[in-house]
Amino acid sequence: MPSLIELRDVWYQYNPNSPLSYWALKGINLKIERGEFISIIGPTGSGKSTLIQHFNGLLKPTKGEVIVDGIEISKTKDLKSIRKKVGMVFQYPETQIFSETIYDELAFGLRNYGYSEDEIREKVEEVTKKLGIDYIPLDKSPFLLSGGEMRRIAIASILAMEPEVFVLDEPLANLDPKGRKELLKEIDYLNRKESLTVIIVSHDLSEVSRYADRIIVLFDGTIIMDGSPREIFKNVEKLLEISLGVPQIVELLYTLHKKGADIPYNILNIDEAVKTIVKWRKSLGNRDKLRTISTS
Amino acid sequence: MAIEISFGQYLPLNSSIHRLDPRIKLIATFISIIFIFIIKDFLGYALLACFLLGLIILSKVPPLYIFRGLRPLLFFILLTFFLHLFTTQGTVIFQWWFLKGTMEGLRNGLLMVSRFMLLISFSTLLTLTCSPLELTDALESLLSPLKRIGFPSHEIAMMMSIALRFIPVLVEETNRIIKAQVARGADIESGGILNRAKNLIPILVPLFINTFKRADDLALAMEVRCYRGGEGRTKMKEYTLSHRDYLFLFISIIVGILSVLI
Repeated sequence: MPSLIELRDVWYQYNPNSPLSYWALKGINLKIERGEFISIIGPTGSGKSTLIQHFNGLLKPTKGEVIVDGIEISKTKDLKSIRKKVGMVFQYPETQIFSETIYDELAFGLRNYGYSEDEIREKVEEVTKKLGIDYIPLDKSPFLLSGGEMRRIAIASILAMEPEVFVLDEPLANLDPKGRKELLKEIDYLNRKESLTVIIVSHDLSEVSRYADRIIVLFDGTIIMDGSPREIFKNVEKLLEISLGVPQIVELLYTLHKKGADIPYNILNIDEAVKTIVKWRKSLGNRDKLRTISTS
Repeated sequence: MAIEISFGQYLPLNSSIHRLDPRIKLIATFISIIFIFIIKDFLGYALLACFLLGLIILSKVPPLYIFRGLRPLLFFILLTFFLHLFTTQGTVIFQWWFLKGTMEGLRNGLLMVSRFMLLISFSTLLTLTCSPLELTDALESLLSPLKRIGFPSHEIAMMMSIALRFIPVLVEETNRIIKAQVARGADIESGGILNRAKNLIPILVPLFINTFKRADDLALAMEVRCYRGGEGRTKMKEYTLSHRDYLFLFISIIVGILSVLI
């Protein structure tokens, strides 16, 4: 079985043949397998949004190949079916809402793909349950909802189309902490229980590292790191250098490590950090050694 | 799929033309346009074209950009040419069906074409070498004497600069919404006229809503910073005329007069 999405030496140039031209992607090689939970991380202008728009053929590579489920996007005429497979949620998706009722908004994608009204009703009700928004009446206007609810409706409208890959560009921006946590949990649930492939774009590692099992770090149009969160956090120094936020707990342990404490810092959560610190504290035993670290 | 605009585009380069005072550039373009309408002979247009070519070279703008400004109006230019060719009375040089091409028609047609091309090229060069902000500043400064008779020159300039400033923003926004709806399986490129119009709804509704929100935010942000029109307002950047500006204006006028006289 081929990879779900494969990129072979993909280059992308904006404004070709003009003094304002620049390369946003410079030779990307990437394989995405079914069921993965991937986070694409990179500072502003590193090419994240450009990269994900190649996954469903919104952009076509200037050079190189993008293959989705065995189909090369530059050669196929049927991009519509690829866009059903690769569901894409853009930044601030609530700004794309246009329908008079929530039901119509959620049904928009399904109608475009020619489902019958019965099927549509069924799928719409299913997706509202999945995203925990079934308490909102479907005949209400989406413009009367709160920002967080509008975001969920917009995300649900993509999810209703039952994509195989779910790509989200900064889905957490402008949400409150509770909203962030809930949304991430729901996406994580879909990934685990329904083996939906998830790709989340972010510029902050701390938000998604708990859920993602693979992190791809993009910088200046190239992939500079690709691996599990634990592998990525080994390179804290590099991450901080390209002004990416790492989880505070990793930064804390890294600072201790730099000051001479013999501890690993590529840990993933608070529990693990506590255990690491306690273990290290016990191994020290005598107080003088601790003092040298805390004062240096 | 994506929308591109080249008219009114600014190319931020560093050239002697870019550094000229925008007011002078505006006046010089205006003068050139007047002369373009006065000139009745090919030799004059040839001289102006040479002047324009010199300016393009000095401005370091790739000539392709000037051509792009002409492209959208190509149909209109050709239409004018053929209208003149076939409707002017005079010596018939060829006949096709009921259409008679005359010598005088050919001459008039070519004159009109040169007139249009020069007109568009001069104004395209102006917008390519002046940022929208500089242009509206220049306009405000040139219109300010009219304030005495109650003409709201500052308000007009402010409205213009806001409108110009938001063109790229709205284009970007439109492209983003198009992409988002296409990602949901929307088909905006095929189907009959009625269908296409219907398919625009998912793009236009969010665009309008977002634009109104933006306008609201902008008005609030301006009010918060105590904006209350042009009364007693000073500029961060005052333009001062240098010798080069006077020289440029002088050369423009001389070239214009010469092209009328020859």
